[in-house]
Amino acid sequence: MTPLVPDAGAVRTVVTPEGLPMKLALASRGARFGALVLDLTIMAVTVLAVFLLALWAANGAANLERSLEGLAIVVILFLFFFKNGYFAFFELGPRGATPGKRAVGIRVADRSGGRLSAEAVIARNLLREVEIFIPVIWLLTSDWGSLVSWLGLLWFGIFSFFLFFNRDRMRAGDIIAGTWVVERPRSELGDLLSASEGARGRSASTGATYRFGEEELSVYGEHELQVLERVLREDRPDAIEQVAQTIAAKIGWDAGSGDERAFLEAFYAQLRARLERGMQFGNRKKDKFS
Amino acid sequence: MNAPATDLALLRSDTFRKERQDEWERLEELLTRMEKGRLRRLSDADVLAMPALYRTAASSLAVARETSLDAATIAYLEALVQRAWFQVYGPRIGLWRWLRDFLGGGWPARLRQMWLDICIAFAVMFAGTLVGWLLCAGDDNWFYRLVPAGMAGGRGPDASPQLLSESLFGGGEETEGLSLFATSLFSNNAGVSILAFALGFAFGIPTLLLLLYNTALLGAMLWLFFRADLGWDFIAWLSVHGTTELTAIMLAGAAGLHIGRTMAFPGNRAIMAAAKSAGVRAAVVMVGVVIMMSLAAVLEGYVRQLVTDTATRFVIGGSIGALWLAYFVGAGRGLTAKSGRAGDTP
Repeated sequence: MTPLVPDAGAVRTVVTPEGLPMKLALASRGARFGALVLDLTIMAVTVLAVFLLALWAANGAANLERSLEGLAIVVILFLFFFKNGYFAFFELGPRGATPGKRAVGIRVADRSGGRLSAEAVIARNLLREVEIFIPVIWLLTSDWGSLVSWLGLLWFGIFSFFLFFNRDRMRAGDIIAGTWVVERPRSELGDLLSASEGARGRSASTGATYRFGEEELSVYGEHELQVLERVLREDRPDAIEQVAQTIAAKIGWDAGSGDERAFLEAFYAQLRARLERGMQFGNRKKDKFS
Repeated sequence: MNAPATDLALLRSDTFRKERQDEWERLEELLTRMEKGRLRRLSDADVLAMPALYRTAASSLAVARETSLDAATIAYLEALVQRAWFQVYGPRIGLWRWLRDFLGGGWPARLRQMWLDICIAFAVMFAGTLVGWLLCAGDDNWFYRLVPAGMAGGRGPDASPQLLSESLFGGGEETEGLSLFATSLFSNNAGVSILAFALGFAFGIPTLLLLLYNTALLGAMLWLFFRADLGWDFIAWLSVHGTTELTAIMLAGAAGLHIGRTMAFPGNRAIMAAAKSAGVRAAVVMVGVVIMMSLAAVLEGYVRQLVTDTATRFVIGGSIGALWLAYFVGAGRGLTAKSGRAGDTP
């Protein structure tokens, strides 16, 4: 399972049109860079393939000069529309992300929590021309050290650093379009922990019954419950043993050894029952200190 | 309450989960199919069920946050609702259908919202042309300063009227490399117009300078040809593609200006919100500009060289210009209220 909260500093809450506050994790700058490199590579390879294909087709033609001209036209037109259409085409499709973004697990979302409009996607991608393509072409077509190459570098630098100068990691295109790039969530429903045999207080292996009283359950809060849940889901024998010992010591039990998992399952289910009952009455116990 | 009474009974939060789990899983399965791009294999019933399933999952999540401490379930629901939100509030329209709606009226409707910027861009271009003319009329040397040598191609204040005339009418033998010429022109011009738009970022000032410079160049050329008594021929020659290209440049400049003006004077909105609505509107206008530029390149590369008669050139250029005007003023009137504002929301 992916961590529940990837990076606390990168989580933003938006309110959906239904009024539900929803947590979105901003994509890391590294992931975005990786996605961009992937997409540009895919684009370059495709352009090269089209070029070779056109060259091959032109080679067979009778009038070579004329077909070379045709070849140049095909390549220029293809380059132009591909360059300006690739990103928008994929981000407007049902997958909502370019192949590069898909590969690193990120996608574009609307900053306000509302609908991501087609216009916004087109706007954010049109700005790429200015952010990347123009300065890079300047860099590639001018001599190193010339004024134009320095200007291109400066230009490119300014737009690249946009991502670092605002806390929401927006590039210029995102600002214009009102978008940001977030992680694509994955969801798998874990097993119902509180429904196992052990959780009902009876150990499957020893037949022993674990029942805890109010006082014993009152030492822990929600935070500890979630730590316990994670330990049970990860199911590492050493961790389970250690946690069982800690809890037994804290509540003054001598559970013995060999049946730690059942002990913890029972404790988990009963602690959760107690805390959830408390929630219904409006008292939440955040952790053992509260 | 001494011993908890939950020995065998399920927790309330577990009952809640068990009752709804089937619905969640149906939603998840639908989402997986949609995310894989198999939209066509989804039945109508599935597509219709989607928003309802999303809302059910969203309300499940709200309830679970308040009543359940099952972190796994809550995390699952958080992710599930988010995935559904992406689909329900994502752009459910492909690029091609968007383009069709756009050309069918969305574009002129948006243009009309920027009328003030278009007026400003037009005024700047007019002023630029006038300045270019007057500068050259005052001192020949201004021509060399305004028009790059490569572009002038021998056409200058020293050139004979004959050479100038040839540059207008002597297209015959050049048709060989025409289509290549047209394509590279297009790629180049479209790049320039995107630049004019993008420079709007710096509060529109570079955009204005770009417009001013390019039209000063035009003014210089006009001056040159009028001096040789070829003025109207030059205008006719230019009009074939110029009515399209100059309009496109004007619209690109207006789009850039629109962003710059809105960012400088956001009114009572936050600057980010203002930049967003103006930016989206302007960018969308630019898609149309690129389309105009490709038409202009075809006209410049083929038609202008194949038609060498001044009157015919005027008729072609003039009617294309009139068509653009009619389209921008008339098309998509019914849409203005609805789709024209889409960029402002939500």
